[in-house]
Amino acid sequence: MSILIDGTTRVILQGFTGDKATFHAREMLAYGTRLVGGVTPGKGGTTHLGLPVFDTVKAAVRATGAVASGIFVPAAFCADAIMEAADAGIRLIVCITDGIPAQDMIRVKRYLRRYPRERKPMLIGPNCAGVISAGKAMIGIMPGHIYTPGRVGVVTRSGTLGYEAASQMQALGLGVSTSVGIGGDPINGSSFVDILARFEQDDDTDAVMMIGEIGGPQEAEAALFVRDHMSKPVVGYVAGLTAPVGRRMGHAGAIISAFGDSAAEKAELMRSSGLTVAPSPAELGRAMADALAAHSTRAPRAAQRVPA
Amino acid sequence: MDIHEYQAKELLAGFGVPVPRGGVAYTTEQAAFRAEELGGSRWVVKAQIHSGARGKAGGIRVCANEHQVRAAAADLLGRRLVTHQTGPAGRVVQRLYVEEAVTIARELYVGLVLDRRAERVCVVAAPEGGIEIEEIAQRAPETILREVVEPAVGMQPFQAREIAFGLGLRGGEVNQAVKAILGAYQAFRDLDATMVEMNPLAVTADGHVLALDAKMTFDDNALFRRPAVAELRDYAEEDPRDAEAAKYGLNYVALDGSIGCIVNGAGLAMATMDMIKHAGGEPANFLDIGGGASPERVAVAFGLVLSDPRVRVVLVNIFAGINRCDWVAQGIVQAAREVHVSVPIVARLAGTNVEEGRRIIAESGLDITMGDTLADAAMKAVIALGDGGTGGSRLAREVA
Repeated sequence: MSILIDGTTRVILQGFTGDKATFHAREMLAYGTRLVGGVTPGKGGTTHLGLPVFDTVKAAVRATGAVASGIFVPAAFCADAIMEAADAGIRLIVCITDGIPAQDMIRVKRYLRRYPRERKPMLIGPNCAGVISAGKAMIGIMPGHIYTPGRVGVVTRSGTLGYEAASQMQALGLGVSTSVGIGGDPINGSSFVDILARFEQDDDTDAVMMIGEIGGPQEAEAALFVRDHMSKPVVGYVAGLTAPVGRRMGHAGAIISAFGDSAAEKAELMRSSGLTVAPSPAELGRAMADALAAHSTRAPRAAQRVPA
Repeated sequence: MDIHEYQAKELLAGFGVPVPRGGVAYTTEQAAFRAEELGGSRWVVKAQIHSGARGKAGGIRVCANEHQVRAAAADLLGRRLVTHQTGPAGRVVQRLYVEEAVTIARELYVGLVLDRRAERVCVVAAPEGGIEIEEIAQRAPETILREVVEPAVGMQPFQAREIAFGLGLRGGEVNQAVKAILGAYQAFRDLDATMVEMNPLAVTADGHVLALDAKMTFDDNALFRRPAVAELRDYAEEDPRDAEAAKYGLNYVALDGSIGCIVNGAGLAMATMDMIKHAGGEPANFLDIGGGASPERVAVAFGLVLSDPRVRVVLVNIFAGINRCDWVAQGIVQAAREVHVSVPIVARLAGTNVEEGRRIIAESGLDITMGDTLADAAMKAVIALGDGGTGGSRLAREVA
């Protein structure tokens, strides 16, 4: 098992015929993703990469039974694309595009609230690397080969720092169940808490690596969630210890503008909530190995043997 | 993106927010003309820089005659104002705003922000204005009022009334404040702002409610659909390197240290800075070169980083996912040849085609130190500073 996607998940891409989507669609197919088609308004009825293209998400869902969508359309049209996917009954919407206006995201989040809990789609991103279930499938832009199939869940704001974590774990023989990029925007689809809750329920995930950064309340909320609701060990890191106050560090959401926004404050709350905080970004893998070893000596249901 | 006070007031006035009458001036002569044009007997000459706390820094002068207006303008224009928001370098005053002075009876705080927890626009207000909201939050948090706006319908008059009455306004003041708050919300929404602040929103001795100071910040991601707002950008207020970087789609933030950073990805860029600090050094900048690190972009990145005279070592950290290390390596080699690089370069490459990338750098004959891991590269960069290796040895001890 894994969370969100596996090799059976039927996936479409919105903005399918664009350059970026085409490049990444090839990668996704090569990785084993069950990509069943895509949507580009006006190009319905044609084929692309040997797969059918549809004018609307509804038509794509009807014809292919797709339940997940990766969104690659330009930022100005993303809010519309996300709402279209939700309206068509897509269950998992992964928005890769960055640069979406914050007020568009307010609108999207409000729109998604119209669905009752059991029918509410899960939105991942925007401005993220996507979702990968190691060895099974991916919807996103990550390099698949750095993820060894295994039992650690990863949830991260940053794409490349998530790669760094995966490769550090790979070097230590630790694999990944699913890695989820929640994105670097101030208002995003799923929060750390949303993903942590899934990992806690997943039988094939033994521990979670959570990589946050400066700005916003989500890391603090996640720390309290781990303290109150999680039995699995969680290793945390917050990037941006040296970031100055009031300057945006690349990501739209990475800015210290309120109490609790700084990396030091977030890391301290994580520590006091029982997370293992990696002392530096070079020790993400090591911190996870140590946390797993400590947990397996405590818990009889051994998580995973870790080479010393 | 930030704009000046006078620009924010002009925008807000367009949405029905009452503001004092005033005019912008670039010279002493214009300042005197503005005062005469406004009439009356008292004026305020206000330095226009992108910062709050200008009063404390001496950037706001109350004048009682034309002579004083001229003197204040002459003194302020070209002066470097330092506030806690500008940093020690301060900002040079190039524009003034001359306003009619009003007699203040009460000062209130009203701000609209993007509430990241609620994921909605939130109005924040306090009965004590003219000081920063952070200070109020620390000193008297119980006095702060909040109204979260339901995005499907927008802000409703009753919410603005809740605030107005909550602030202790009475009689005719209430409707004026409601008008100001609803106008500010409409401006926030229609112009894709991320922050609107009226601080103070003042009640004058003669019973008027006016935004005496105004500040607006806009969503960079939405400027494409707000051309009129985008035009208000004042490049003189920005670090020229930030602006240069933005032209090439790079994200650059100047810092105070001596190790220049070139990294792909915002999170990894922040982590690289953290790692430098951990190794005992100080980063000179944040720089995310983004996903498609072509040789040209890498060359531009080198140029930017090296334009900072404090940079004594450059650390390149690339985790190639979609990028390929061999392309990035070619970029580094090309950049190092084109841009005259006179400081040591430490490079760490990881991910796709890493061996090929390392080979390209090794065969280039350039003096580039390779780091195997994030920690290794950061340590080598600190050692390359040649500060007696104190920082490096600190990390070396920790690693050992």
